[in-house]
Amino acid sequence: MKLVQPEIGLIFWMCVTFLIVLFLLRKFAWKPILKMIGEREDSITSSLVAAQKAREELANLKATSEEVMKAAHAEKDALLREARDIKDKIIAEAKNTAQEEGRKIINQAKESITSEKNAALRQLKEQVVSMAIDASSIILKHQLTDPKQQEALIEAYLNEVKAN
Amino acid sequence: MQINKILKLKISTLIFALLFVINSTFAQDHANSENSGKPKKFDAGETITEHIIDAHEWHIVTLGNKVVALPLPIIIYNPNSGLDFFMSSKFDEEAVYNNYKLIDGKIKVVAEDGKTIDEAKSSSIIDFSITKNVLAIFVSVAIMLFIFISVANTYKKAPGATPKGLQSFIEPIIIFVRDDVAKASIGKKYERFMPYLLTVFFFIWINNLLGLIPILPGGANVTGNIAVTLTLAVLTFIIILFSGNKHYWRHILAMPGVPAWVLFLLTPIEILGVFLRPFVLMIRLFANISAGHIIALSFFSLIFIFGEMSTGLGFGVSIVSVAFTVFMMFLELLVAFLQAYVFTLLSAIYFGAAVEDGHHEHEEEHAGQVAHH
Repeated sequence: MKLVQPEIGLIFWMCVTFLIVLFLLRKFAWKPILKMIGEREDSITSSLVAAQKAREELANLKATSEEVMKAAHAEKDALLREARDIKDKIIAEAKNTAQEEGRKIINQAKESITSEKNAALRQLKEQVVSMAIDASSIILKHQLTDPKQQEALIEAYLNEVKAN
Repeated sequence: MQINKILKLKISTLIFALLFVINSTFAQDHANSENSGKPKKFDAGETITEHIIDAHEWHIVTLGNKVVALPLPIIIYNPNSGLDFFMSSKFDEEAVYNNYKLIDGKIKVVAEDGKTIDEAKSSSIIDFSITKNVLAIFVSVAIMLFIFISVANTYKKAPGATPKGLQSFIEPIIIFVRDDVAKASIGKKYERFMPYLLTVFFFIWINNLLGLIPILPGGANVTGNIAVTLTLAVLTFIIILFSGNKHYWRHILAMPGVPAWVLFLLTPIEILGVFLRPFVLMIRLFANISAGHIIALSFFSLIFIFGEMSTGLGFGVSIVSVAFTVFMMFLELLVAFLQAYVFTLLSAIYFGAAVEDGHHEHEEEHAGQVAHH
């Protein structure tokens, strides 16, 4: 029975002590502790959020840089291809023009050779004709009476020509 | 290494348990010799009761016939003579001091003849003595103040740093009380109840643990004392009364959505419930902690009950008893935390009910009505 009889003295001391402790701990322990824990939790949460954000931004940055790289690569490839095409074209064109030019030059040379040859032949012919005329005139001038004389004359003349 | 550690642990537990034995046996002898002058048969009930109720001195050990106890101050309010103050050692040897006499742990007033007890006067005095439990409360409170104020200072010294030392032991418990007890049961308005909940939690827990230590400054059955649990329950009750909002009282006095004739039945039950809740809080803590002490003491009483039959039997039983008590100690370690948790949790749930906003529940009611239609 004594077990379940609350003593007034103990209740009194318990009340007084507990309330004082409640007041003291509230002021000097719980409030600062809870405040600090809360602040730390907030800072942890905010840094986690910031870290997440940074990670996302980094991922974004990576993605964009990759895209830029890809675009640059594509452009480089395109440029290279274009350059190669142009080069091939230029070479091909140059080859064509060179061949044509060559052909033209050859043709021209051939033509000029032919015409030169013709001119020379003509000149030779003319000279032969004029020499023949000269020789005949000379023969004619000496009154070709004596055949021996005639022959000598022709021979002399021919020698002259040969000497020329 | 591992086995060594376990052995050491076992040995230290055994020493603890043995101290318990010594404490309980010699205290019994002391009580017996005081009451009748000659040894009488061992009374387990009396021994156990003596160990779990409050006392005016702090019994440490009895060696032979010599009692070693810490005398405690006795403070009595007497309507005739005002406050009387003296040490409990004045009552040694069944002495009458200043017309007061200690009988079965109660201070009585001795009548003019110096022999008979004046019951009328005895009931008019109020005993404000610093008893064993009061001193134990002071000790536990000093421990609490030391722990938590030093922890708070650690926080102040290094704000935002990782917890260390005592701080890293205390912080998870504080966060546990905050998140799993206060936030979970009260909701948004949890903050204003935090100081009370934390203080109650640690007060009960530390006193439960101190109660498990068999020697000074432990061994007092503070949380297993009805006056202490009564005070705690009444404090919870007062906080509920003062923080209850309109919505709370409306649900108690006139539950909305209930027909008038049902209210005749329901309202008295609800009002009874308001008082019943703290009452159950009081009984639960008191009964659980006292029961733990009673069981541990019962195992030791078995030793002496069998020991009276034969010394050998008592010795044999003592091995079993010590083993059981070691087991009980571990169980009590769990119970110490559990009861502190339960008291705090239930207080928090009652606070939560008292400060709950009506909106949420009304919405549910409307939803229910729509569903019925």
